[in-house]
Parts: sequence; C-alpha cells; structure tokens
Amino acid sequence: MAFIPHTPDDIARMLEVIGARSVEDLFDEIPAELRAGVLNVPAPLSEMEIARLMTERAAIDGRPLNFIGAGAYEHHIPAPVWAIATRGEFYSAYTPYQAEASQGTLQLIYEYQSMMCALTGMEVSNASLYDGASALAEACLMAVRSNRGSSSRRILMPRTVNPTYAQVAQAIAGNQDISFVPVDFDRTAGRTLLDALKPHGGQDFTALVVQQPNFFGSLEEVDALTDWAHENKIMLIAVVNPTSLALLKPPGEWGAVIGGARGADIVCGEGQALGVPLSSGGPYFGFMATRMHYVRQMPGRIVGGTVDMEGRPGFTLTLQAREQHIRRSKATSNICTNQGLMVTAATIYMSLLGPRGLEAVAQASMQRTHDLVSALSKVPGVKRAFTAPHFHEAVLLLDRPPAAILAALSRRGILGGLDLSERYPELGHAMLVCATETKFDADIDAYASALADVMSASRAAA
Amino acid sequence: MSNNIPSDLKYTKSHEWVRQAQNGALEIGITDHAQSALGDLVFVEVPDVGRALREGEACAVVESVKAASDVYSPLAGKVVANNSALSGKPELLNEDPYGAGWLFRLETSSGANTASLMSASAYESFLAEEAK
Repeated sequence: MAFIPHTPDDIARMLEVIGARSVEDLFDEIPAELRAGVLNVPAPLSEMEIARLMTERAAIDGRPLNFIGAGAYEHHIPAPVWAIATRGEFYSAYTPYQAEASQGTLQLIYEYQSMMCALTGMEVSNASLYDGASALAEACLMAVRSNRGSSSRRILMPRTVNPTYAQVAQAIAGNQDISFVPVDFDRTAGRTLLDALKPHGGQDFTALVVQQPNFFGSLEEVDALTDWAHENKIMLIAVVNPTSLALLKPPGEWGAVIGGARGADIVCGEGQALGVPLSSGGPYFGFMATRMHYVRQMPGRIVGGTVDMEGRPGFTLTLQAREQHIRRSKATSNICTNQGLMVTAATIYMSLLGPRGLEAVAQASMQRTHDLVSALSKVPGVKRAFTAPHFHEAVLLLDRPPAAILAALSRRGILGGLDLSERYPELGHAMLVCATETKFDADIDAYASALADVMSASRAAA
Repeated sequence: MSNNIPSDLKYTKSHEWVRQAQNGALEIGITDHAQSALGDLVFVEVPDVGRALREGEACAVVESVKAASDVYSPLAGKVVANNSALSGKPELLNEDPYGAGWLFRLETSSGANTASLMSASAYESFLAEEAK
C-alpha cells in the first residue's frame, strides 16, 4: 500500500462501508458543547516571516537580571551540553521507534536512569516524564495503584508543595476519583507542621507528598515526615530538586527502616535545572524513580541492560507490557511522554559536571541565596519570613504589597522574585527570591540598591 | 495451539478455570489455552489474601513479554490463599496451568452462582466457536 493520504474517493468508499455519512459522524460521541468549533489559527507564515516574528518576540524578554526560581532555575549550562545534544545522532525529541536499532540512544537513557537512581537513592528510574508537575500527578496515580493497604484514594498534600504542582495533580488525578487533603505549615519555620498531620494518624490515606526543599526554599523535616507516613501505612511521595541532592540526603535514605523498607516510596520532580534553559517555561522534563518492588506500577519507558545472542552487552526497552501500546486503557499511564532531547542534555550536563561539579553548583547556589537574603534584609522594610534552614530560595516579607515593587524593579531590568500574596494571603506581603551560581556579588549589590531605591520611592509617594 | 481441558474443572468465557478444593474453597487459574495464547509469562500478580472480590472483578494480572492480561474472578468471594511461588517463577503457569500454576483460592459468598460456569465440553465448544 502506498503511503499517501486518502483521496476524497477513498474516504467516501470507507464511509460507505461502515455506514457513516461523514467524517464528522465518527466524532458523534463527543458532545457538541465540548467541541472546539472553528480554530482561530492565523494564516501560515514564510520562514523569513517567522524568523522575524520570533526575533521580535524574544527581544521583548530582554536580558533581565533574574532572581525568580519557584520551580525553574537559571543555572550555567556549559557550552558542550547543547553542542553535543544537538548533534544529528542525538537530536530527536523521542525514544526512537524500533528502539533497539538505536543502541546509542538507549545507552544514553540507561546512563540517565543510573544517574537519577544515584542522585535519589532509589532502585529504578524511568526514562523521564513530561515535566515536574505532571510527574507529581503521575506519582499520585501510581501510589493509588501501589498502596494495596489503602482504599481511600486520599492523598495528603502539604501547602508547602509548589502550588502549581498541586493544581496540576488535582487537574489530572482529581478526575480519577482521587482527593487531596491539604496540610498546614508552621508560620514561623516555613515548613510542614508535624502537628497538622497528627489528627490524620490511624486513618486511611494513600500517600503523603513531601517537597524538599519545599516551595518556600525551606528544608522540611523529611525523616520525621517519612516515618510518620510509614508508621501509618501511608506511601511517601518525594518531590525533589535534583541539584539540591548533591548536598542533601537522598530521598531513598529518609527516615528509619519501617516494615523492612526505608526512605521515600516514589521520588519525582522537575529536571530542568540539569542543563535545560529557562526558555520561557519549556520544554522541560519530569523525572521519577521508585523501589524495584513498585516498578510495574511506574509509568513511562524504562531502558534495561541485556546481552545479545552472542553474549555482548546491549540495551533494550523493558517492562513494556505496562505501557499503552500494549495495555491500552489499562496502561500505567496514557499521558506520559518522555522528553528525550531534554534528557539527553541533562545526561550530558551531569556527565560533564560529575558528582563534585554538581555539588559545587549546589553549594554556590545556596551561598548566593544566603548572600542575597542577607543583603536584601538590610533594606528598610524587608525581612526574612521564616526561620527554617533553606537551600537556594527564601521568602521575604515587605512592609507593602510586592506587586508594585516588583513592577518597578522590572522596569530597571531586575526580576526581583515571585509575588506570593495571591497564593498565600496569610503570609501578608510575601515574595519568593532565588539566586543561583549565575549571580555575582555585583548582581546582588545591584538588586539590593535598586530595592532600597524603589522601596523608599514607594514610601515617599504614599 | 495447546488445548488441554481437564473434565473435572469448570470454565469461564474469559479463560479462567475453577476447581472445587477441599474445605469448600474454590481454586482458580487460567486455562492451557490462555497461557498458550499469551506465550512465555514473565510476571504474574495475584490478589492479596483477605481481598473481597466481586464476580467478574479484575483481580490478577498475567504478563508476557508482549502482552498483559487481567484475570477476572469467576465468582464473588474472599481470597483465602494465593500462589506466591509465581512471583519468583512465573513460568510455572506456562508449564503446569492446572497444577503448580494456580493463581488464588476463593471462599465464595453464600449463594454464589456457579451455574454461569461452563463444563469442559461447553468450554471446548466455546473455544472452537471463538477460533472461527
């Protein structure tokens, strides 16, 4: 059969055979009110026109001095990362079809999985997911499949988890009869309140989510949280920043040995920090790792090591019977896509930096943020919000609404932080700031003096 | 195609077999035809002891390299035993589907309706019909 589109004649003959009047008829089961109707897509552009449009759009972003983190982090990306990732041998967004014919791609994913296992302290990693937020949604679905002792489909979601992640988990898992119960945080320390979990003890919950460092940048008491969950037969889902794992205890080692196992049951998160540019929000990639015991419930592709007929080492896609091309509607996931190209960049990034390099990045980022917080807290009307130790982000409290201050800073070319007052009104005039190794002393000084100016101008105007 | 259909068992249309075990429980597995259609099994997941099952509820999974299928409970009841040997040796199910490859034992609810199950000869005709 020739690989050409159907002609109108072909279509008419096929419709006749199945007894449908039109192609539209085939979509009858989708209610009219859910259909998009006419899509307002502009006319096509030539290559020249599109190049000019994109250049103009990119120029709008400018080159601001960026102190926003909140889930996407500006790290230095060594030049070889993308020079290698964009070579023809690697440059594809997907795991290839006939995957085993592309041994190089499979080996790269295998190395990636091994690195993620080493970072997280877990036994098995998948080949990546779409992004950090959807990885958490997938982890919640996976916990519901895996926790045989629980039938409630209720998941404890602390308010210190990135609110966008919680929202995405709600959007994806909420439609599958899974409910999320918020857990409050300590207003002084800026981390999950152990006492807020106590009333839930002895009840049927499927999983507890713990983000480390949490959305505020604070370090959670992960050992106590993990032990509490396991004592109550609740699975522990860890959401982690991979850079921070170069310094912090891996989730696989959180807590004590309870019921023969130790540490988080599922680990997930956003991989962007590992060599992927901020790029106006994507593409990024999500990661997920677990213990071997739960591997059949894990979504996404997995590359395994094997030997060929002559005993030579090779790589293969493994445990595919969980996946949608075989299990159809009962697959572990029908929304999981792997971000092959982003994973390629991340694997090269981690290979180039090595464990010591990654630790240096983590150390420098933490130090820069401590310097930043200390410089900004000296500005009149600015103070730290929380007392818990923090990694490379922190919440600051202003004596006035952050929105106008951040807008004024932005006009001076500084992205000063993320306004938290809508998401966390109980904190008052709060904003989240971040500095990575990319910020020099001069940058921090420039921000502090601009903030002092803007605050005093705002005070004078009031 | 392999087609061993012991005459002392009952069968379902989804290719489970049911044996009346001692002490009133029912032993359940998948047929020779089913294991042969799936090919070499690499993983078998059995239901936990104590789990209550509805009639027709998906309660076990048999997975080969290229396919995975659910196993359905032929009757309502409570799982009183499962074949834990399968977790380490899924090939038992290929080698001996009616013996060492059993999946679980069910204590049926009172009034469980065994009438819906097929005899060996009925299952044989059902297979012949399916093959057409």
